[in-house]
Parts: sequence; structure tokens; C-alpha cells
Amino acid sequence: MAENATAFRRESPWGRRLLIAAVLVWFALLLLLPLAALVRGAWREGIGAGLDSLRRPEARQAFALTFWITLVAVTVNTVGGVALALVLVRQRFRGRLLLEGIVDLPFSVSPVVAGFMFLLLFGPHGWLGRWFEAGGIRVVYALPGMMLATIFVTFPFVTREVAPVFRECGLEQEEAARTLGASGWQAFWRVTLPSVRWGLAYGVTLTVARSLGEFGAVLVVSGSIIGRTQTATLHIHQAYADFHYAGAFAASLALALVSFILLACMEFLQRRARAGRS
Amino acid sequence: MLRRRPRGARAARAAGAERSALGLRRAALGYVGLFVALPVAALAARALADGPASLLAALRRPEAFTSLWLTFRLALALIAVNTVMGTLMAWVLVRHPFPGRSLVNALIDLPFAIPTIVTGLMLIVLYGPQGVVGRFLSERGVEIIYAKPGIVLALLFVTFPFVVRAVQPVLMELDRDMEEAAATLGASRWTVFRRVVLPALLPAILTGAALSFSRALGEFGSVIMVAGNIPLRTQTAPVYVYGEIESDNHAGALAVSLVLLLGSLFVLIVLHRLQTLGRRRDG
Amino acid sequence: MGIKIRNLTKRFPPARGETEGLLAVDDVSFAVPEGHLVALLGPSGSGKSTILRAIAGLEIPDAGTIELEGRDVTGVPAHRRGIGFVFQHYALFRHATVRGNIAFGLEVRRWPREAIRGRVAELLDLVQLVGHADRYPAQLSGGQRQRVALARALAPRPSVLLLDEPFGALDAKVRRNLAAQLRQLHDEVRTTTVFVTHDQEEAIEIADEIVVLNRGRVEQTGTAEEIYDGPATRFVASFIGNVNVIEGRVEAGGLRLGPRRVPAPDLAAPPGAGEVVLLVRPEDLAIVAAAEGDAGAAGTLPAEVRGVHYRGDRFEIDLDLGGLPVRAIEPKQVARAAARRAGERVRVRFLRHSVFETPDQHVRIREQMRSLGYME
Repeated sequence: MAENATAFRRESPWGRRLLIAAVLVWFALLLLLPLAALVRGAWREGIGAGLDSLRRPEARQAFALTFWITLVAVTVNTVGGVALALVLVRQRFRGRLLLEGIVDLPFSVSPVVAGFMFLLLFGPHGWLGRWFEAGGIRVVYALPGMMLATIFVTFPFVTREVAPVFRECGLEQEEAARTLGASGWQAFWRVTLPSVRWGLAYGVTLTVARSLGEFGAVLVVSGSIIGRTQTATLHIHQAYADFHYAGAFAASLALALVSFILLACMEFLQRRARAGRS
Repeated sequence: MLRRRPRGARAARAAGAERSALGLRRAALGYVGLFVALPVAALAARALADGPASLLAALRRPEAFTSLWLTFRLALALIAVNTVMGTLMAWVLVRHPFPGRSLVNALIDLPFAIPTIVTGLMLIVLYGPQGVVGRFLSERGVEIIYAKPGIVLALLFVTFPFVVRAVQPVLMELDRDMEEAAATLGASRWTVFRRVVLPALLPAILTGAALSFSRALGEFGSVIMVAGNIPLRTQTAPVYVYGEIESDNHAGALAVSLVLLLGSLFVLIVLHRLQTLGRRRDG
Repeated sequence: MGIKIRNLTKRFPPARGETEGLLAVDDVSFAVPEGHLVALLGPSGSGKSTILRAIAGLEIPDAGTIELEGRDVTGVPAHRRGIGFVFQHYALFRHATVRGNIAFGLEVRRWPREAIRGRVAELLDLVQLVGHADRYPAQLSGGQRQRVALARALAPRPSVLLLDEPFGALDAKVRRNLAAQLRQLHDEVRTTTVFVTHDQEEAIEIADEIVVLNRGRVEQTGTAEEIYDGPATRFVASFIGNVNVIEGRVEAGGLRLGPRRVPAPDLAAPPGAGEVVLLVRPEDLAIVAAAEGDAGAAGTLPAEVRGVHYRGDRFEIDLDLGGLPVRAIEPKQVARAAARRAGERVRVRFLRHSVFETPDQHVRIREQMRSLGYME
């Protein structure tokens, strides 16, 4: 018995090194190699050409559009997500479990299908589309549709990140605030929201990352009209299809750079959230 | 008189609390309804509007059927690879410190942050006919881009973090006492892993697998770049749906979308089950 | 002025699968005089925390009124009651420093900045945390957190301080220390204070008065001495302190204690001869050195020593009283001098006892016992 226990503790260094090596090779082949290839590709096309292509109006418009769509998606999903998380954690009502299931749905729906849903709903013959069309408002093949599709695909992030923190914090801190003289609103802003701030920030970061990079859903509802309904990802797609590689690589690298910044944010926020919890 | 007034105030207070809770609930339900439930309902209603016969007819088209078959097959194959490699990755990250571990740990999330279209482009640059590796392989008769291996690589990239991120926290929480207890009871290391560690990790591994399965079913951006979009050969279901939408054949798009949606729902149910399982175990 | 609770009732809504909710507080009335420190003492589920939360405005009662400082606050929300509340698990704001926590109540009341700074410094000094102002709750020990919670609650100068199991989460030593500090603090600031506890020693040590609760009802109200020495109900007697339960029966010509009948030919059969319960605290069970027939043996009962247990500051002596196991406590010197050992035949006397079933029986038995010489 004692022999077995010591055998258990003693790990063969070679087996261990082999395991680490195998995993790292897998990681490098799958994730790092393609990334390196992109950088190399962009380099070969020339930095000057890349920068020039980013300065062209359609590229600038595409990035601006992505920015606005992201801003709207983040705003809507932050406000809605916090409210939804509060309701899911604190209220008991019939259909709550169903609601919880629906929240996750956008994660598992294909972006193309998501875009298609909005096409059907807001298209000329859709339930709501008829209505908007009559009011002279274009939703599909226009900015509102792209925003809706982006809100859909990024829907669960904030709720998913914030709800567990709400659950963990419980009601006590808020009650303490109330007994100290804070009104309901003061308690929310000064205690409830700050106590979930790292989780919220993480959820927002994920929302930003996904909004910036969303392609399928936006492609379906946008109609990809150059200079009008083309986001950064659609612009890359277009540039590649037009054999304008320098432009495609440059825009891709720009987006990848933003991804790296977001990734650093995520890592930082996760650490903060963990530290705050202990 | 003395007692009626406070009772009225109390009732008003209780009603006020109730009202604000109800208001918040309505707002939350409105948010879910408008941005998620309504679009999903619209799709389901339109797909079922023409009856099951036309739905089946649309699915029976060889292009539709093959695209679905290919997608599900690839997603299943991906589960096999991801569960093994993802669990190993998590194991190494948690149990075996090595220089640069925290950097690797941070980069695991890269696929979540990088736009899928950029992923597709990266793979083309690497494995395409112009690419370093691509040229080398194609001289030896191995085609990756515009063929199935390209799709597999794209899916592996975008689903990379799921299993790792699901297993990692559970492994960190895992009580090593349990393993040592098993060892003192005379279990070998492999037995300990199989009988103690693996069962503890299983819900997390399956959760990660389910997430990567559903992501693989739906992935579009990277796949459309590398798949070449050849009907009956490299066309996945989402790409097929996109094609049908573009060519204004909504019936075909609806049928395949509905199948994909049902697949998503199935995964959601599985995930929910796994969650309750995990929660029950944690007590 | 202080606090006045009248006919407070609270029923919690039924959980899934239940038809009736839990009646947590059942027609409770009591008053806390201004400046007093009162303990709500009871086992878990006795409704003590619910009452405290109702006073704070964190629970809305179904019926009854709550008066603070002569003002009916039953319908007033928590943040306008002017109370201070210390939670069992402190409920410190984790995202704020010690200073931020203490300042919170002043900031939401829009105190001027200078005044806040001064008041926070004052409180840090009061709870001896001057060097810790910029730490976060996660960086403090349990006792320190508890003190921050107390300082935070006291900062806005509440008219009433409420503490919910304030020392429940601390280990024994820290707990003792903090309880003494609370008493000391109360003597200084004299805020009307109610604290909830399940620990009778804590209640006896620091409270001016104790309200004993059981199953949502008040069992007894009084000072520690009144409650310990004159428990009003069997529950109070057995919940507070240790007690020997001796079941007896009044019979014609005697009193039957357990299986043993004590002959008392003068005793007339009481109407509706009653079963009674005698409650005797171990320290009230005196062992007397007297033989049968001695003058000193009058009013004593024969017993046999079964075990002698050293308890550090005293001896506990297990006795067999006519078949009934009872326990007596003797000071160390006394027990050593008497050289108590198992098997020894002794006689015991009840220095003080309570009798329960019905009040009139209570009185009657007392008289009978006295007439028999079993009582001093």
C-alpha cells in the first residue's frame, strides 16, 4: 500500500515532458501557425500597401459601421442582460427554467440561421417587416437589421457572466445598503452593480469581441452593399473575393490586433473576478 | 384608527415591491422576446407553414441532405478529437507547470476573440495553393483548402477552447486528497485517473463536447472561406442555407435551418441535463 | 421610547409542494426601553431573526405594529427607519475599502465631505481599526470584518442598533472578546440595541434583558437572573442552562418521584391528583452528609453516587435518585473534601426548583414540598 502511494507521487519526468510537448505541438499547429501565416502573408503584400488599403473610404466606412453596430449591441445587451440576470436569479415564476434555456439559444444557433430569422421576421412579408415597411423604415438590408442580428448572436454573454455573480453575492449587501439609508436606486448603483463589475466587464468584452467579428448573421441581413452595409468582416470577405489580398490581409490583421487587445482584457478581467471572489 | 393607517402603509409597501419586481420581469421578458424568442418563432412558423410534405421534399434534395449529413458527421468527429485533446490540454495546464504556461493559457481563448472570417483567411494563407504548407502538401497530392480537411481544420480552430475551458476549472477544484486516498487504497495511477479523476471530470468534458458540437454545426465564416462550397462534396449545412437564401429559395433554406435549429435545441437540452448533474454532484 | 413591538405576525409563503407557509413569528409583543441592550434568544427557527429583520424593515410583517422612538414605522421602508444593522455574515461591500464601507451610510445621506472624514476617523478609532482604513474586506480577519460591520452600522448615528447573530461566524475566543467589547461599546454610546443569538451564555453575559423565543412565540421576558432562576416554562428552563427533569406525581399520603414514593401521611390527596415535573438545576441539587434519622436529614431524599467527573472548575456528580438519573454540581473544594466516589450513599436536597404543569398545581406542590420539609 505504502509502495503504491509513493509510486503515485513519483511521476516519470519523461512521460510528463512528452505529454506537455504533445499538447504544445497540437496548440501551436492549430492556433499559432495559422496566425503566423497571416502575419507573414500581410508582410509579403507590403506594409505600405496594407496601410493604404485601410485608408480607402470603403475600408474606413466598414470599420466605422462595425464600431456603431458594436456600440449598439453592447449597450442593448448590457442593460437588458443585467435586468435579465437579476430576474433569473432573484425572481421565482412559472416558466423561469424555459427562460433560462432560451437565453442560451443564440450560442447554439448558426449565425446564418440567425440572420435568416431576422430576414424572415423583418423582410417585406415578415410579421414585423410588413409593419415597418408600411412606416417607411428599412430593417433588412440596412443598418437596423445588422444591429438586430448582432444583438442576437451576442445576446447571452452579459447575462451568462453576470447571473452567477448575482447569485453568489445574494441579497445581503443590498439589504445592508438599505439599512444604511440607501434608496432602492442608490443601492443598485452603489452596491449591486459594483459588486458584479468584473463579471459585467468580462461579459461586455466577450460581446465586443463577438460583435466585431460577427460575419454570417450580418452577411445574410446586410445584402453587403459596399460603403453602406458593409462591416469590417464583410469588407474582408469582399476584398478577398476581389483578389485584393493586401486589403484583406491588412483589415484582417487590424481585427486580429483588436482581438489580441480584447484577449488581454479578458485575461485581466478573469483574474480580477477570481481575486474578488476569494 | 391607530391600527388601520400603518396597515394600509404596509400593504402599499408590499404592493410597491411587487410592482417593481413585476416591472423588471416584464422588461426582461420583453428583451428576450423581442431579440430571441420572436425571431426563432418566426423561423419555426415559416418552416412549418407549408406543411411537413414540402419540408421533407426540400430536405430530400441531395444537396440539402448531403450538406446536413456532412455537417453532423464532422461535428461528431470533432467531439472525439476535442474531448481527448481538450482534456489533455486542460490537464497539462492545471497539473504540469511549464515555462510560458500563463501565456499559453491566455492564448487558448484566441479563437473566441478572432473573427471567424479572419480564421478562414489565415488557413487559406497557410494551406492554400500559395501557402508554404499548402504548396508542399499539394505537390504530394494532399489537398486541404477547398476540400474536407480544410473544413476540419477550421472547425478545430474555432472549437478549440470549449473543452479546455470547461474542464480546467473543475480540474482546479478537484480535491487531490481524493486521488491520494485512492492511491493509499492500492490503486495504480491509471486506475486512479480512470476511476476517480475521469468520473469527476466527465460532466465538464461532456459540456465542452456539447458546446463544440453545436458550434461546429453552425460555423459559417471560416468554413465558407476554406470549403470551396462544392455542392455534394464540401458544402456544409450553414453554407447551403446561405446559398439558398442568396438564390431566393427560401423553402430549401427553411428546411435545413429548421434541422439545424432542432440540433441546437437538442444540444441545449443535453447541456441543461449536464448542468443539473454537475450541480447535484456538487451538492 | 425605545422599541415597541405589538402583535407581530409573519408567515412565509409556502415552498413548492407545501400548502401552508411557515408561521415564523406568531403574535409577538415586547418592548425595549431606550438605551437598553436586549437579546432575542432562541433556537434556530424560533423566529428571532425574522423579528429583527421586521424591525429593520427588511421583512414586511403580515400583522402587528413596530414603533421606533415613539414613531410607528410599520409601513416605512428600511432606508427611512434610521436603524443600524449588523448582519451575521457582515455583508460588507466587497468592492469598497473599510473606509468606503463605513462612509457609505453618511454618503447616501449626503453628509458634507469633511464631516464624513471626521466621523469615519472617529469610528475607526472606536473599533480599533485605524491602520486598516484602506484595506478591502477580503484582506481582514473575521473579527476585524465584524468590527467594520459594527462601525458601518453605527456611523450614521442610528437610534436603534440591530445585530443578527453578530458573533455567530467567529471562533469561541474571538467571540467572547467581541461580545465583551460590544457590551463596553454599548455602555459608552448607549444606543438602544437588540441582538439575536442562539447562545444563552452570550445573552446572559451581555444583555440587560432577554426575550426567549420558541416557535415564533415569546416564552419569557426578563433579566438573565429572572429567567435563569425563575423560568416561566419548561422550554425556558431546559433551553437556558442545564437542568434535571424529575417527573413526579402527587398521591394520597405522599409524593411519588419517579418510582420512589416519599411517604407523607399528612398530605391530602389533591383534587385531580396531578402529574408534575420538577426542574432542578444541577447547582441547586445539594448533597448533604447526613444519615437517615439525623436531624439534618429532614427534607432530604436518599440517593446513590454513580459517577464523579472532573470538569476543571467544578465536579459533576451523577446520582441515582430512586431510579432516576440526576446530576449535581459541586465546587472543587467541596467535592474533594467529601471525597466523592461512585457507590457512595448520600442524601440530596433541592435548594431551588421549579414545578410545571398547571399554575395552580405549581403553587400547591410548592406548599406541599415545603410542608414536607423538602424545600427550604
